[in-house]
Amino acid sequence: MDAIELNGVTKTFRTPSGTYTAVHDLDLVVAPGEFCAVVGPTGCGKSTTLTLVAGLERPSVGEVRVGDRRVTGIDPQVGFVFQNDAVLPWKTVLDNVSAGPRWRGVAKRAAIEQARDWLRRVGLGGFEDRYPHQLSGGMRKRVALAQSLINEPRVLLMDEPFSALDVQTRAIMSNELLQLWELTKPTVVFVTHDLEEAIALADRVVVMTAGPATVKDTFVVDLPRPRTVQEIRFTPEFTRLYQEIWHSLRGEVELTYARSAGTLEVA
Amino acid sequence: MLTAEPVTDAPTARPPVVVVDPIALRNRRRRKVFVNAVRLAIVAVVLGGWELGVRTGHVDAFFVGQPSKVVTQLHTWITDGTEAGSLWTQVRVTLQEAITGFVLGVVAGVVAGIALGRVQILAEVFGPFIKILNSIPRIVLGSIFVLWFGLGPTSKVALAVVLVFFAVFFNAFQGTREVDRNLVANARILGAKRRHVTFQVVLPSALTWIIASLHVSFGFALIGAIVGEFLGAQKGLGLLISQAQGTFNPNGVLAAMVIIAVVALVAEGLITLLERRLLAWRPPQLSGADL
Repeated sequence: MDAIELNGVTKTFRTPSGTYTAVHDLDLVVAPGEFCAVVGPTGCGKSTTLTLVAGLERPSVGEVRVGDRRVTGIDPQVGFVFQNDAVLPWKTVLDNVSAGPRWRGVAKRAAIEQARDWLRRVGLGGFEDRYPHQLSGGMRKRVALAQSLINEPRVLLMDEPFSALDVQTRAIMSNELLQLWELTKPTVVFVTHDLEEAIALADRVVVMTAGPATVKDTFVVDLPRPRTVQEIRFTPEFTRLYQEIWHSLRGEVELTYARSAGTLEVA
Repeated sequence: MLTAEPVTDAPTARPPVVVVDPIALRNRRRRKVFVNAVRLAIVAVVLGGWELGVRTGHVDAFFVGQPSKVVTQLHTWITDGTEAGSLWTQVRVTLQEAITGFVLGVVAGVVAGIALGRVQILAEVFGPFIKILNSIPRIVLGSIFVLWFGLGPTSKVALAVVLVFFAVFFNAFQGTREVDRNLVANARILGAKRRHVTFQVVLPSALTWIIASLHVSFGFALIGAIVGEFLGAQKGLGLLISQAQGTFNPNGVLAAMVIIAVVALVAEGLITLLERRLLAWRPPQLSGADL
């Protein structure tokens, strides 16, 4: 049984200027416990794919399955880490992390115990009483990670989670993500436009076409684990993969660029 | 004083670094003294010029009053009471009306604003009615309220309620609509039910808007109470003003204005305190003149 399965999924949105197809006839299968990175040009519909898996949106055509169930709404087994900060600014770090279990009916004391545990795990012990605005971008990301992981999701969806961070923080966060992932081994779909990040983290890299999104190529990343993201990129295997995947991605990126340049000329 | 928050990615908490620059501190103090001195000078020139103008006969005290007589009037009210009873009774009556109207109006406005902001069908059904009601100049309602509720405090409270309600309602409604969709999506995925989203995501988010409207609304509540008293009352600051007006006593009108200004400023201060408490989670605002 596959953890995530998308069968012939199409998603169109109605906009003031007509309909817009974000995802077209997408087939994608992710195995349980697999770390799958999805790369593609900007605005190609990667994020839309994630919202479909999360149950935030329904597909216009086709079927999305998580585990053995068809997705018809938000699935409690799914976690989502957003690109932008989605921690609640009016709750302290501790209240933000304990919110998930409390909303799911865990008693207050137990939820707070769990939250303290997870904060220690993401390296935020001692910051329980801070408000999000008092933390750095990297620390807020850790809060967001702890917030998702505390629910022990079997599927973790990540939408360019580190794209707003600086390069160093990003590398640190990537390593920590891998360590945390090894703890409970959820199925991960990690959307990014950074190819290096994708190869360094994932078991498999899926290349999407320029929008509407559909799968162009799939590459198995056969690098040994546990990995250190900063170092793995110097291995020859990494370079070879990078070249291969870039070769596939390049055409799509150029197409997207040409289109946006085209609209600029028209405008 | 400059405080630097430890915003590193270090997993352990470091004590905040406190840097005090003595020169900057001294400059800031000097500036404060200067600003206050200029303010004082402006007050002295305006009030002094006014008083002088009246005494030398350049300005007619019959129309504009006279600062020293305003002070005398206040003194008389405080020591001997007013025609309608003691001054404190008048202040208390007006405050009671304003505060009751304020509280009722705020509660109704917040509840209605969030309900209509959260439930699409309610907004669709009630939208036009609210627009129509809002288009009526609300002071006119004062006359109807006097007819309905008589000369007692109820008619003033009712006027204050309608004035406050719309100000708060539109802010609560807009605040509810402007909630970051990411926050709602995140909360829902984490397991929040609809009521959790309403009370833990939407309400706190809309609170910034709601509290901004409270500053204006208390002023509206006072207007409601005082205009209501103009239209017909047995007690209150509005009555004092209309009596002073009826006896061609500009000093009485001005003295009542001074009292109302003091009341409004105290209320504004209290609302600011409430704001700081409720919005403690917000990053401190970057410095700039407070108005």
